[in-house]
Amino acid sequence: MNPKTANKIATGVLYGTAGTIVLILAALLGYIIVTGLPHISWHFLTSPSKAFTAGGGIGIQLFNSFYLLVLTLLISFPIALGAGIYLNEYAPKNALTSLIRTAIEILSSLPSVVVGLFGFLIFVVQFGFGFSILSGAFSLTFFNLPLLTRSIEEALAAVPETQREGGLALGLSRWETVIYIILPAALPSILTGVILSAGRIFGEAAALIYTAGQSAPALDFANWNPFDISSPLNPMRPAETLAVHIWKINSEGIMPDAKAVSSGASAVLVIAVLLFNLSARYIGRRLFKKLTAAD
Amino acid sequence: MNKQLAEQLRKRSKAAWLERIGKIVSFSALALITLTVFAIIIFVASKGLATFFDNHVNFWNFLTGKNWNPTITDKSGQPEVGALPMITGSFVVTLLSALLATPFAIGTAIFMTEISPRRGARILQPVTELLVGIPSVVYGFIGLTVVVPVIRTIFGGSGFGILAGTFVLFVMILPTVTSMSVDALKTVPRYYREAALALGATRWQTIYKVILRAATPGLLTAIVFGMARAFGEALAVQMVIGNAALMPSSLVSPSSTLTSVLTTGIGNTVMGSLDNNALWSLALVLLVMSLIFNLIVRLIGRKGAMHK
Repeated sequence: MNPKTANKIATGVLYGTAGTIVLILAALLGYIIVTGLPHISWHFLTSPSKAFTAGGGIGIQLFNSFYLLVLTLLISFPIALGAGIYLNEYAPKNALTSLIRTAIEILSSLPSVVVGLFGFLIFVVQFGFGFSILSGAFSLTFFNLPLLTRSIEEALAAVPETQREGGLALGLSRWETVIYIILPAALPSILTGVILSAGRIFGEAAALIYTAGQSAPALDFANWNPFDISSPLNPMRPAETLAVHIWKINSEGIMPDAKAVSSGASAVLVIAVLLFNLSARYIGRRLFKKLTAAD
Repeated sequence: MNKQLAEQLRKRSKAAWLERIGKIVSFSALALITLTVFAIIIFVASKGLATFFDNHVNFWNFLTGKNWNPTITDKSGQPEVGALPMITGSFVVTLLSALLATPFAIGTAIFMTEISPRRGARILQPVTELLVGIPSVVYGFIGLTVVVPVIRTIFGGSGFGILAGTFVLFVMILPTVTSMSVDALKTVPRYYREAALALGATRWQTIYKVILRAATPGLLTAIVFGMARAFGEALAVQMVIGNAALMPSSLVSPSSTLTSVLTTGIGNTVMGSLDNNALWSLALVLLVMSLIFNLIVRLIGRKGAMHK
């Protein structure tokens, strides 16, 4: 074939594949939003779910998802921050460091079911936490740590070397340089990484079905005593999240309006993740402008 | 005066203490992550191997047996724990979805880096990022309400099966493979392109004969990553595969994967019993496969580095 014709055909095909991906996303988002939005109402977002009758909402599941997200970030952020700082600022280039990096890579590629099963074995069974928010938060921490550590490490690595030299030249210790100079400079991209990981945590279900459980007991939203079983803050209660709820009602099939509830819940989930994504970009950019002289 | 000064100089300063504490704290965080990885491997391995050591199931029978029914014993008194149907199911959906996703992913990546970088960065980059962000249960739900009925009307049967799983996984791994392929293509030096074009090659000849070959290790890594993701995906596949622990007879017959049996089974068995241990053995197979995918990526990386 004439090379010029081949070139034209190939270019056409490449336009086609790129267009297909855009179409797939548009179709997916369109389908989720169009079928889901009509089911979303204030009642749907706030009322508890019903197992056997139609008309249930997703109020408790939505609260559980957010509560679990906050707890997971509270546990995993300090650990990931410490690990990221050590990896980027202190770690010598030796066999131990490369072993540690390999371990983190392995953790990030483990199937989330396996992480969930490990959480089940350790927290639910061994430590006796039962199906609880706490077990779920610890399991999600394992799931979240490798990616969050990597994004924090990359954020720190992007800070120019001259900043470190400046700090050291002023007589600061390395730790002080990191805390007072490097971290503030890396804050915008660290924050972006945290928000993006929040989106992943929010939609994760496989690691949760055997750790946070698949039931959502009724909550008393007037009771804020964390030790009371009906209190929303109690970390020892079983807590089905939104993503687990979608999975459960679809695989059990006893809820008469399962399809309507799951399309509504899917739309809520996707919109939440979209908001996480958009706000990550926006906040990162705003913060960067505010903290640096860049304009 | 001298004594006081000597004393002061011999003592660790406040900053030095802080430095030390900071270093120890940050290292312990890192050590915690590393220990967790080893703990996961050790715990899953010890539970998974119990089937063979405590329940004396023949390892070979486990890998090649076609009947999965851990509560029943067969004629020779051995429990029926043949994992071949699930292992086959997992491999078939993984390979098929990778085969389907690779041309689309690499084509899109070429479009983003070689044909229209501006549109690539403006439109396709956000598109792939959004696709990555959609939770897997949502993919499963769409598979259940859209893909399964379509397959049912075209091929008959229930619609559940490997074909439905393949389609769902195809869309799920597409963005991962695409964005990693883009990274691989971006590492090809600019002067390769310039040299090829200067020799009179068309753009397609440059892409096909120079860029794709130079980027092969990176592209392979991207595909393997996509396969690892497909192999480990649980809920989305479980929702559309049909969950029948049978050898898949066709692409549209209900079957199962390692992950689907795990998600449905663990809750219905008693810890420490044979049927529970057998499920942990499946989890161990998953873990080992994920380690193997990791190893392949490393080998490809080393081979790619040698060429440079």
